[in-house]
Amino acid sequence: MIRYLRLASVQLKISAAAAMAYRSDFLLEGVLAIAWLGLTALPLLVLFDGRATVAGWDESSALIVIAAFMALRAILEGVISPSLVDLVERIRSGAFDYVLLKPVDAQAMISASRFEPWKVFDLLGALAVTSYAFYLRGSPPAAVDIALGVVLFAAGTIAMYSLWILCAALAFWVVRLDNLTYLLGSIFDVARWPVQVFSGVWRFVFTFVIPVAVMTTFPAMALLGRIEARTAAGTIGGAVALFVISRLVWRAAIRSYTSASS
Amino acid sequence: MNAGRAVRALPTLLRIGVAETIAYRAEFLVWILTTTLPLVMLGLWTSVAAEAPFRQYTSADFVAYYLAALIVRNLTGSWVAWQISEEIRMGTMAMRLLRPIHPLFTLAAGHVAAIPFRSLVVLPVAVILLVSSGSSALVTEPLQLALIVPSLALAWLITFTILFALGALSFWVTKTMALLNLYFGLFSLLSGYLLPLPLLPRFIARAAEVLPFRFMLSVPVELMTRTLDRRELATLLLGQLGWAIACVALAMFLWQRGVKRFESVGG
Repeated sequence: MIRYLRLASVQLKISAAAAMAYRSDFLLEGVLAIAWLGLTALPLLVLFDGRATVAGWDESSALIVIAAFMALRAILEGVISPSLVDLVERIRSGAFDYVLLKPVDAQAMISASRFEPWKVFDLLGALAVTSYAFYLRGSPPAAVDIALGVVLFAAGTIAMYSLWILCAALAFWVVRLDNLTYLLGSIFDVARWPVQVFSGVWRFVFTFVIPVAVMTTFPAMALLGRIEARTAAGTIGGAVALFVISRLVWRAAIRSYTSASS
Repeated sequence: MNAGRAVRALPTLLRIGVAETIAYRAEFLVWILTTTLPLVMLGLWTSVAAEAPFRQYTSADFVAYYLAALIVRNLTGSWVAWQISEEIRMGTMAMRLLRPIHPLFTLAAGHVAAIPFRSLVVLPVAVILLVSSGSSALVTEPLQLALIVPSLALAWLITFTILFALGALSFWVTKTMALLNLYFGLFSLLSGYLLPLPLLPRFIARAAEVLPFRFMLSVPVELMTRTLDRRELATLLLGQLGWAIACVALAMFLWQRGVKRFESVGG
């Protein structure tokens, strides 16, 4: 375990050093983060400009969903996506052999292979939006709710990571698959809306089939102290199940890996 | 560029484009599926407008708007920026440069060849649109209907050349992906892809009126869903034409400047 933490920290250091080499990106990423914040929140503001509440959500509580979405997107774009793009590239070129040769678990090695440290800005933005939302509401969240919110957010992150690993595992069978992450990305975009806003089929799909609701709506509800214990338990259970499934599929995929090199 | 040579090469280029689309059919399908956003927004807004119209928009209006947006997006969307930036990064651009025809033309031919396949995807959506909305939320005026085709063609040209110009920026910038993401964010908002433009806050809607994004998606959608008078029609189509010319010029200019900096990596 300690070995893996040390490995991750070394890889983080390498990425940070690479990021420092392009210091001008600092400004660009900062500007991009602010632009994205505005772009992300705007449709929501339009919606609540015309309505006071939609499906039980008012503007300040829906902002918390947006904040959860921004934080999750920062993790996705800062850690998960770069690593998996890197993986697909290695599978195509055959360089994945070198990963398999190393005396550590290949999934752990790959999952933390690339970081985009500047995405920290988006995380800070998400924190700022959350604080602003609670300022609008007039009362801070209870300590218990914060704890549950953090736990559910972690579960949501695990669910998202597992989905991406499932996609990456597909790359072992269908090599040219880099745009599958775009597809997932465009579906993930739904997570900016509270899931209750959707009706019927859509809500079912986004809760159970592609569990984007689990990733943002439920953590936000926990933070607001509105979540039922059953839903919270289901979220955690679902995330763990998804993780186990993705791990099994990954192992099966590795077994069928035939190197592209030589 | 030698125009005669380009015209003679066109049938071959189109054939290559068709063959490529068929060869990379899985990829092609995934690209098509990434345009699910209008469907999601449709789900969202119809449930919002179910109780009472949102501003002046009824549920039926939203259905018509987003299905039309889905059609326009599928017919005019393009991934040429990703293609160019990948080719520059990998050095395979060198091969394209060896050919005696301008890459803007060869790439455009390749993407035009994919349009019949895109139409296949669009057709069922169009049928659903006609059946579900019928004449209540759609336009029936013949002149306006006739103008939809040129409007779509111009929208395609603007989208293609802007993405071509963005791709050409890879000659200078390494962070093309971040740039393209931001572009897509701006496009979603200002083209009417995310929301009908009249719903946007006033100052953003005003900016959207003059920026090119609106002419890439909202204009053909408006032609399908909103009855316009002659003057409005003329303004919109001339606006499209103006932006199309400007974007072609910009794409050619950036390309010409960028290609001088190009050094093939590997290859």
